[in-house]
Amino acid sequence: MLDTMQYLQETPSQTAGPYVHIGLIPHQAGFDIFERPFGNVLAGPQTPGQRIRIEGRVFDGLGQVCRDIMLEIWQANAAGRYNSPADRQEKSLDAGFRGWGRTGTAFDTGVYVFETVKPGRVIGRHGHKPMAPHVNVWLAARGINIGLATRMYFGDEAEANAGDPVLNIIEAERRGTLIARREDRDGGPAYVFDIHLQGPAETVFFDV
Amino acid sequence: MSEQPFEFFQRDRSQQPPAFTPDYKSTTLRSPRLALWSLQNSLSEVTGPVFGQDELGPLDNDLILNYAKNGEPIGERTVVHGRVLDENGRPVPGALVEVWQANAGGRYRHKNDTYLAPIDPNFGGCGRMVTDADGSYRFRTVKPGAYPFRNFVNSWRPAHIHFSLSGSGFAQRLITQMYFEGDPLIPKDAILNTIPDPAARRRLIAALDLNHSIPLDSLAYRFDIVLRGKRATVFENKLEGN
Ligand SMILES: [Fe+3]
Repeated sequence: MLDTMQYLQETPSQTAGPYVHIGLIPHQAGFDIFERPFGNVLAGPQTPGQRIRIEGRVFDGLGQVCRDIMLEIWQANAAGRYNSPADRQEKSLDAGFRGWGRTGTAFDTGVYVFETVKPGRVIGRHGHKPMAPHVNVWLAARGINIGLATRMYFGDEAEANAGDPVLNIIEAERRGTLIARREDRDGGPAYVFDIHLQGPAETVFFDV
Repeated sequence: MSEQPFEFFQRDRSQQPPAFTPDYKSTTLRSPRLALWSLQNSLSEVTGPVFGQDELGPLDNDLILNYAKNGEPIGERTVVHGRVLDENGRPVPGALVEVWQANAGGRYRHKNDTYLAPIDPNFGGCGRMVTDADGSYRFRTVKPGAYPFRNFVNSWRPAHIHFSLSGSGFAQRLITQMYFEGDPLIPKDAILNTIPDPAARRRLIAALDLNHSIPLDSLAYRFDIVLRGKRATVFENKLEGN
């Protein structure tokens, strides 16, 4: 019987190492090589939705700022639909908005930045409420053996957050690690989302 | 029809490195110490960005030519190829494969790399490609050199190429490293040894593939990659009304 169970096993993960920038964000490593590099600006001038900035820092177990972290975000559009064939919701799709971006924390300040639009609400798992607006975050770096997945929720969405099926399974004491603080700036709202890899304020990471 | 057509198999963590591995010292302060929250897949996990071949340049997967300035890079000319499959053994077409590596002397073109081996003026050290309909990928490069790193006083990395994989779903996201069959540094490597299962470690070692080498030109290595498999969520409807 076991012989017929011919599943393959997932390839093991390895750290992205200190030079992850070369492969994934070469400009930060110090050179330009691709004509169309991937970047941290998700929304174009025509993208429907509210323009927002997401920024933050990543801290290690001693509270030190990590300056070599690679981060990616993945999010729905303003209507609450992912630009992916696996999303069959009947909502408008904006072909010009991929909903994905990548950047690194800056070598000097340790700050990362994304420019995007605020995502809409996406349907939850069958039988669950819709999810509150959120951005999926994935990060990798030296000293991280397997990429870490988390979610950023919005601090000005208290009502939606209160009904979110994911936030609600997390103990109240740690829920706040997933909620970004809104700051109003000249260019529009910024959401500050700091990530703690370890320590008393350790961010909730998911086994998705 | 359900808005969420499938979910991924639960990740088998026994095949993966734990977050904290004391012999790779950089994990000490960067490893979460609390349990990961297990999350049943929602649309947020099963969806993922789509990348098209048309976004890439014609030399993006040719590390011999994509940074050549006044000649070709120095080193063993090498072809690396393989397939990206899922745990069901099905090909993953359209996967974004990105690679980066040191030059033949073991030096990275990176402002933070101060190893005394020289920069190669004709070598960038990165490439990218999208898998074709049967999940295949292929790129050309020079074999990277071993290099020392600050861990124990005499820690060396075996020759390796870093791989980044984006499949169809964001939960399949994976970064790993490929090693070269026969390298004597492999069993001593603190980073490869973060993976507890020896059979899992062996899956990161690419085999010499003489059949795909190019006579009088390049050696070839074969490296297949497996991303998480999916299953349909068809049973959800039957639970309705419970
Ligand atoms: Fe490396």
